[in-house]
Amino acid sequence: MITTVTVGLGSCGIAAGANKTYEKIKALKETEKLDFNLKKTSCVGMCYREPLVEITDDTGTYLYGEVDAGRAVEVIEKHINQHDPIRDYIVYTDLFDAPENDFIGAQVKIVLRNCGYMDPESIEEYESRDGYKAIKIIAAEKTSREMVIDTVLKSGLRGRGGGGFPTGLKWKFANANKSADKYVICNADEGDPGAFMDRSVLEGDPHSVLEGMIIAAYAIEANGGVIYCRAEYPLAIKRLNIAIKQAHDRGYLGKNIFGIEGFNLDIYIKEGAGAFVCGEETALIASIEGERGMPRKRPPFPAGSGLWKKPTNINNVETYANIPWILIHGAEAYARYGTEKSKGTKVFALAGKVCHSGLVEVPMGMTIRDVIFKLGGGIKNNKRFKAVQMGGPSGGCIPEFLSDTIVDYDSVNATGAIMGSGGMVVMDETTCMVDVAKFFLDFTCKESCGKCTFCRMGTKRMLEILERITNGHGREGDLEKLEELAYQIKDNSLCGLGQTAPNPVLTTIRYFRDEYEAHISHKKCPAKVCRPLLTYKVDEEKCTGCLVCQKNCPVKAITGERKQPHHIDQELCTKCGVCFSKCKFQSILLS
Amino acid sequence: MRISRINRNETGSSPVEQDLSLLDPIIAKNKGKKGNLIPLLQGAQELFGFISKPAFEKLSRETGIPLSDMYGVATFYAQFRLNPVGKNIIKVCHGTACHVQNAVEISESLEEVLKIKDGQTTDDRFFTLESVACLGCCSLAPVMMIGDQTYGKLTGNEAVKIVKNIRLAENN
Repeated sequence: MITTVTVGLGSCGIAAGANKTYEKIKALKETEKLDFNLKKTSCVGMCYREPLVEITDDTGTYLYGEVDAGRAVEVIEKHINQHDPIRDYIVYTDLFDAPENDFIGAQVKIVLRNCGYMDPESIEEYESRDGYKAIKIIAAEKTSREMVIDTVLKSGLRGRGGGGFPTGLKWKFANANKSADKYVICNADEGDPGAFMDRSVLEGDPHSVLEGMIIAAYAIEANGGVIYCRAEYPLAIKRLNIAIKQAHDRGYLGKNIFGIEGFNLDIYIKEGAGAFVCGEETALIASIEGERGMPRKRPPFPAGSGLWKKPTNINNVETYANIPWILIHGAEAYARYGTEKSKGTKVFALAGKVCHSGLVEVPMGMTIRDVIFKLGGGIKNNKRFKAVQMGGPSGGCIPEFLSDTIVDYDSVNATGAIMGSGGMVVMDETTCMVDVAKFFLDFTCKESCGKCTFCRMGTKRMLEILERITNGHGREGDLEKLEELAYQIKDNSLCGLGQTAPNPVLTTIRYFRDEYEAHISHKKCPAKVCRPLLTYKVDEEKCTGCLVCQKNCPVKAITGERKQPHHIDQELCTKCGVCFSKCKFQSILLS
Repeated sequence: MRISRINRNETGSSPVEQDLSLLDPIIAKNKGKKGNLIPLLQGAQELFGFISKPAFEKLSRETGIPLSDMYGVATFYAQFRLNPVGKNIIKVCHGTACHVQNAVEISESLEEVLKIKDGQTTDDRFFTLESVACLGCCSLAPVMMIGDQTYGKLTGNEAVKIVKNIRLAENN
């Protein structure tokens, strides 16, 4: 067997320097005429260990972590030339105990079945891993559209974009509406800050999304397909374009595809122009049509009147990526995972103050605690776990004491957060919850399309109150005002953006009321984040009198001779934080 | 509200000379097609880095799309710029993961060293500083992107160093 060396070249890997690693290994292979296959793959989810290099030889598979160009030389020399794997650098293998074995072992990979295991730019590799098998079975067995829809329905798959609407039902509605032209749309406008599941799937396994769309098109008799992908994901767009071209060349897109008479389908990519609200399906359709992406009233739903007023089915990336697997393995196999009302697996993007930030796919029903501590490896720098933010700007903060909540749509909803698309941003004791609420409100306020007054003006008013609180001018009654506005916005907005925009504020008030009160009544920020509420002082023991803070202070509030402890004049101090970030001796204290 | 994107204060620098005939192929490709407005604007911006008033007028004249519609769409989406930009666009990520890991410090340090505010361009048109919602590299937070290159696990000082090095490389 010939040894294979695979380098992970997803966005995260590239950002961590994987291109340099790849070039180094390539150069070594050429100059030293080494005998191994060098391959590329995408993100395997272990973003915190990037760049990753996998070596498969006669003895087994070894995954090396943090392989920069220097380490690459070492690994190639020892492992390839001397057949002596470097145990210290191996993060995962099935041969012995490696630090990240649990990280991979605890996952169930359906959506991510190919991500990080194959070259995303090769249709041959996708086909060798059961790619396009599902649609070929459908064509060979002449499975009826209704049967396909029934399988998806029975699998219990619910929309992974955040709404959680049963996918099979959506297809059924779109199929029931007859029209000469119908469309399938893939929502790849992953706009939630803190979420990157769809990016990884598109970069790592674009064909599975295409195949999912082809099956959906077959099921609802669509003849046009659009992938609405955000322009901020250049690598995903590049790989999708390659995949579409390859599928065309094989006759998997075009006329009478897979030998099914009359099954014509073309798919093209529409680059989103940057508007969070376009994740809402009617806004997304307006955007494809070249308009301002403003949602409209439903009904009619897209299944009846969507793109160009034709019946349209919209699902998100992760939903489509599930489809081929479900068709091959059957609805029961999929429904075996998960809880009563939430079947299958869910991909989460772990980020924030968690040790193992990256991508994980777990069966529905796992507790949040297990996701963060077992897979996520716990909190960075041994800090205390405080909360996890789920669902982005539409979601909420789930506090530590509720971390035994299981991940399924209904359990997460019960906490006031939402499952959302799968972003999990972990927060520790140094995160201020009022600041987090303000952060999300600022986001939704900017992203509100302006159509509904409550969303347009209400989010602005809420933001003003939150700014006041974090600036130390909070007043009695502010919390009640926030809640009142929140419920009005929820009740009177047309689309999901407005209806959920207050969630981050409502959940933080519900679970961290004391923190709000500390800001309002005592003018203190317990997490030491809100600068106007902090006092900057010099630690006279540590201060070396280097004058750096003095020179940088924009208001000349710092006095003191060279080599003498400095002093901050609290009257003059504007709390800009410059001294704190400039001091090399950590001698500026916050209180 | 998205209306806040409209910036009435031009950067104050002299108008840039543009060869508007470069727009002809884009117009020929998209004219008369449904849903063509966004591709037209994207094409114009790709050529010039931003969409100038003369470019708007030419597009409108030759495609028959009213100027008001074009302006409405261009100000709705974050992607479109109505002012000239610098050669290097620095996108500082302010997604959730970056925010809780002190992305503010990155922006502030860069504002200080470049002597511009968020959204502005340096006088020599070398750098434009922008905050963006999320670059999807949360595992490397806090992150910034210059051109196609992503820089992760930053501090304010590191970000400044990277920007200084880019300017040095350019001057040599």
